[in-house]
Parts: sequence; C-alpha cells; structure tokens
Amino acid sequence: MADSIPLSGIVDLTPDEEHPRLWLQVMHDWIVTVDHKKIGLMYIAASLMFFAIGGVEVLLMRIQLAKPESKFLSPEQYNQLFTLHGTTMIFFVAMPILFGFGNYLVPLMIGARDMAFPRLNAFSFWIYLFGASLLYYSILGGKGVFGGSGIPDVGWFAYAPLTENGFSQGNGSDYWALGIFITGIGTIGTALNITATTICMRCKGMKLSRMPLYVWLMLVTSVMALAAIPPLSAAQIMLVLDRHLGAHFFDIQAGGSAVLWAHFFWIFGHPEVYILVMPAFAFANEIIPVFSRKAIFGYPAMVAASVGIAFISFTVWAHHMFTVGMGAVANTAFVLSTMVIAVPTGIKIFNWLATIWGGKIRFRVPMLFCIGFLFQFTIAGLTGIMLGVAPFNWQLHNSYFVVAHFHYVILGGIFFCLFGAFYYWFPKMTGRMMDETLGKWHFWLFVLGFHLTFDFMHIPGLLGMPREIYTYEPGHHWGIWNMIVTIGAFVQAIAVLIFVFNLVRSCFKGKLAGNDPWDAWTLEWTTTSPPPSYNFASEPTVRSRRPLWDLKHPEEPDWEYELGTENEMAAK
Amino acid sequence: MTTIPFTYDINDDPWVLPYRGTVGMWCLILAESAMFLIFVVAYIFYLGKSLSGPTPKDVLELPIFDTICLLSSSLTIHLSVHQFQRRSRGGFVGWLAATVLLGIIFLLGTAREWSDLIFKHDFTIHTSLFGATFYSLVGLHATHVAIGLLMLSIVLVLGILGKVGEEQAHRFHALSMYWHFVDAVWVVVFLVVYVIGR
Repeated sequence: MADSIPLSGIVDLTPDEEHPRLWLQVMHDWIVTVDHKKIGLMYIAASLMFFAIGGVEVLLMRIQLAKPESKFLSPEQYNQLFTLHGTTMIFFVAMPILFGFGNYLVPLMIGARDMAFPRLNAFSFWIYLFGASLLYYSILGGKGVFGGSGIPDVGWFAYAPLTENGFSQGNGSDYWALGIFITGIGTIGTALNITATTICMRCKGMKLSRMPLYVWLMLVTSVMALAAIPPLSAAQIMLVLDRHLGAHFFDIQAGGSAVLWAHFFWIFGHPEVYILVMPAFAFANEIIPVFSRKAIFGYPAMVAASVGIAFISFTVWAHHMFTVGMGAVANTAFVLSTMVIAVPTGIKIFNWLATIWGGKIRFRVPMLFCIGFLFQFTIAGLTGIMLGVAPFNWQLHNSYFVVAHFHYVILGGIFFCLFGAFYYWFPKMTGRMMDETLGKWHFWLFVLGFHLTFDFMHIPGLLGMPREIYTYEPGHHWGIWNMIVTIGAFVQAIAVLIFVFNLVRSCFKGKLAGNDPWDAWTLEWTTTSPPPSYNFASEPTVRSRRPLWDLKHPEEPDWEYELGTENEMAAK
Repeated sequence: MTTIPFTYDINDDPWVLPYRGTVGMWCLILAESAMFLIFVVAYIFYLGKSLSGPTPKDVLELPIFDTICLLSSSLTIHLSVHQFQRRSRGGFVGWLAATVLLGIIFLLGTAREWSDLIFKHDFTIHTSLFGATFYSLVGLHATHVAIGLLMLSIVLVLGILGKVGEEQAHRFHALSMYWHFVDAVWVVVFLVVYVIGR
C-alpha cells in the first residue's frame, strides 16, 4: 500500500501536541484565519448550509406542483421560492463550493504553502458570506419604502422591466442586486487569488506543462470568472441606479431596453455555466485516472479543450434569447457558436473514456459518481444541442424541457462530480475515510431520484408546460409527470440526507485514512491528512506530471517517458 | 523500503516566477475592463435613443486640457517608477507629486463639468437615457481616478517620510499599472463620449 512508503523527507510527522481548548478559542481561530485550507473548508461548510436551504425551497415548490390546482403555496410565495432557489444554488452553493475546493486544493497540488494573497482570500470568503446573508435578510427585512414584499420574486435572471420600480415595489430587487453584487466581489477576489497563486506560487519544477489538470482547469475557470462576473456587476449597478437615482437604463417608458438587460445578464450567464462545469471537469480529471490506474489520456488536448471552451463560452450567450426577436443573422451566428462549443466538450468526454479504456478500474464511490457524470453530462449536452438549434428552441423555450436540460447539467454533471470530489478528498481534509456502504446508498438513491425527476421532467416540457408557473389546470395531462418528478425530488432529498449523515459521522468515526488512501499521484497526497498549516515541511521539487508516481516507482519514473529536452537529457 | 528523498538532485536552474502583485493587478485590470466594456456598450447602444432632453452636442464640450493632464500623468508615474528603481528618492517623490497634482486637476475638471451640466443645463442622471449612460460611465471612471489618487497619495506621503523601501518596488510598479489602466480607460471614454458620441 502506498501509505507504507516512508515520506519523512517531506513532512514532519510528529503530531502537534493536543491542548484542550475553549470553543471560543476555536471559533476565534477560524474567524481570523488566513490559512487557505481553513478558508476552503469554511467555503464548503457555508455552501452546504445554503445547499440545504435551496433544497428545502425546491421541495416546497415540488409539493406545490405535484398535482394540478394545488393550494399549498400562494403565487407570490412560489415566485419568491423559485427566485431564491435559483439564486442560492448558483451564487451561494455551486460557485463558492467549487472555489472552496479550489482554495483548499490548488496550493497543495502545486506544492505551495498558501495562496498568493492570504488576507484577500479571507476577505473574499467573508464578503461572500455577507452578500449571501444580505439576500436572506430580505425575509426578515421590512416592506421597504414602496410597500411591497421584501423578498426578491423576479427570477434568478431578474429580467427587466420586472425589476424596475413600477413592477417591483418592495425592496426585493434591491436585495437581489446588492446581495449578488457583493458576492460577486468575493468571487472576483478568489478568482484573482487562484490565478496569481497558480502563476506565481508553483514549487520548483512545476512547469505549466506539469501542472495537475485540476489546477489547469481552476486557472481557466478563474480567468473566465474575472471576465464574466463584472458584466453582471455592471448591470446590477445600472439596475440600482435605475431604482434609486431615477436613471433609465431598463426603463422602457423612457426609451430603455429590456433586451439589453437580457444581453448583459447572459453575457455573464453563459460563461457562468462553464465557470461551474469547469471545476467539475477538473474533479473528473483527477478522480478518473486514479481509479482507472492510468495516467490521463490526452493531457495537452484536455488543456487545449479547456482553454478553447473558455474563449468560445463568451460567444454563445444569446442562445438564451432566440425568442426575443434578434433576427435571422444573429440567431444563426449564435446557433453556430453553440454548435462549436460542443466540440471541445466532446473531446473531453472522449479523453475520459480513453482514460478508462483498458484501465484496472476500481469502482469506489468517487469513481461511481464520475461514471454517472459521464453518462448524464453527455445526455445534458445532447439536449443542449437540441435547444441550441433556434427553430427547436422556439418550440420549447421557457418550458420544463429547458428546466430539465439545465438541471441535467448542474445536478447530473456538476454535482455528481462534486459528490465524487467529497468522497475523494474528504480523507485528505479530515484524516478519515467516508463510509463506503453509505456512499453507495447515497450514489444509487441519488441516481434513482435524479433520473425519476429529470428524465420525466422533459415530458411535461414537450407537452407545453411553461416554467415558473405556480400551478396548472388538470386537463393538460401534466399531473402524472409532475407527480413522478416530485417523488424523484424526495428520493434525492433522502440520498442527500444519507450523504450529510455520512459526512458528519465520518468526521468522528471514519476509518483512519493515512496520507495516501487512494494510491494517487498528485502532491496533496504526500503530506499528512489533514495537512499541517504549512502544508509541506520542505518545498517539494517535481520532475513530471505525477510526482508521487515517481516517488513510488523510482525504477520507472514518469519523467523518463515525458517528452521534453531537459528530461530526455537527464534520462540519458 | 528505504526512505526516498523527495527532492531530486536536478539541475539548479533558478526557478523564477512572476511577482504575484503584478499578476494580481493584471487580473484586476481584466475584471475592470469587462465592467467598463458593459458601460461603454450601454452608452453606444443608447446613443440618440433618448426620448427627451439635450443631445451630447448641446451640452458637452471637449475636455482637451483635462485629457492632456490625465494622459501626461501616465508619463510622470512612469518616470517616478523609473527614478524609484534608480533609487533616486528626490526624483521618485517629485514625479509622484506631479502625478497626483495632474490627477487632481483632472478630477477638478470633471467636477466643474458636472456642476455646469447640473446647474446651468439642468441635466442630471434622471433627465434621459443620455444622462443615465453619461453620468454612470464618466462617474465610474472618475471613481477609479479618485481611488487611484488615494493610493498614490498614500505612497507619496510615505515617500516624503522616507518610509518606502526598496522591497516596495514591485508594489509601486503594480500601482503604476493601475494608474496606466485608468488613463487608458479615459482614452476610450474620451473617444466614445466626446468624439464619436458628439
């Protein structure tokens, strides 16, 4: 086993002396910390809390939709719930949890002791938490100067002119704009930090061409976030100027354009999808090779495809807007760019399959989730291509087919990888393994619930059920499908409860993991689990893409086979 | 198995990576550029679409003097950084003071322009689409100038007190990058608002 390899050259293995401490001291340590690992864990914990909140919101909505003409929720409550659910899941769950993992893993994987800007890192986390809390404070906040409800009810895309004073009379749109704006500052800070860390903090020998693909993809994600979040912030500044200083950006009566808001939102919104999916790809890039016992197939192609996706993702935004009447030329251009972005994504899928091909596959829980991801993400991509064709889109725009499609991407793709990442890196973060049996229950129940919900959600969409309606009449034959979707949602909820139970229980009772429980190859597995605050006692030096492989197999190290003049000469 | 030393004896080429502040500043500039781009697009998109109120031709005058001041401040900050690297404290402080002065003149120019527009022409952000896009774009830029001036002034005060050591060279350079960026944005704003937009 790998953990029998003595690694005393790397870290000081003598455990810190344990002193019993007051919980106040522990709290103080976490609040003032600038350690990237603690900040990463706080990101993950806060995101999981919001994941629970967003999950409860969607269960309420699914109860309401389970049968026709249900009176469980009022129309106003339903609008508020889908707004909060979408906003929470994108801005307060998916992005911070993915950047949280990045925070934890990037410095460890490149052999650094911390991020480039540790204090900015802490600031980014706390400002994110403040922004997210501000949005939820709208529930407690008063009715606002205009006397309407304080909870945002304009959808996560907050289409103009619904957000203008005349239509959104409470402070809901203000909470939405400011809460997300503030969270965006945190995201930009973290993205800047990860970019600078990756470029400036790599250990000796960690050339860009040797960086783990996880780090490469986090770098690409971060640069995308730097270019994609500010357009949303700019549009939100305009919205707040409209609402409070009487500007007219999106005020139709003064000549403003509602379509301009849609453009600005989706210029952010579509790269955002790739900002979320790229870290998920990154998880798959680390997990699939380790559990197939093969080096990743096509490393340069993977990097090139990621960079390609990053560029193309800024040219596809208006495929969310085929029905606003942009004209045939614009529609065609965005159909074509949407088709083009499927190519590098397809390259990735084939590379993962080629990595698995002929490998000695170990079906542990992280690998199971990654295989689920491969199937489901491919299907999500196929419905995405369907929706990317303008005439098809005209039929199904804003129907449940669209909702099913993007939940397939986000839940079936991104969250499956994310769950895999939890099982894979949990031993590194806590020093203990997550329970394998409970993990398999989680996986299979979640697969069952996921497919019950989202496979069958396509059907009411095809039958013409629009999204964001709080109820429907019995004559449409939508009821049975919605009932199945609701049942699936509860199956998923049970699976997530098992996951949370497993997570909490394993923190205390899990099997001790050792440094390298998966026999993996990247630098984070060379240090202790959990790593000391300084990560590495001495700065590591790497000579190939799989430094830990070289360490375990000195008779046939990777660098002998890696192309590159320096290594070839050294090998001779 | 015996202990394997993790650090290999390989060639001892110096392992030099870029300074993190410089990379961080490039990242900030990328993010800020994206934000300005949206405001510029909004300005161009709404050109001539105001339903009421004055046109740009009616109320705007070419701010030639302010533009010369701001653009030459790019030169002075460059000279200041250059003198800093040559360890000439007098040159560094002198050129930095000139930069701050030129920046203040620019801001005063914007203030005078705005007060004329508001009090003489009764033209505010509320007047029309032109008002909304003009004040937000020029105001966003002026905010950046003000933030830059604040940071430059801090360096100036510390420089006069002799508290800026050589170890700060990278930081001062990163700050000068920000100032160059603010100037470059003004070139775009000037062209869009005062040349093309009029």
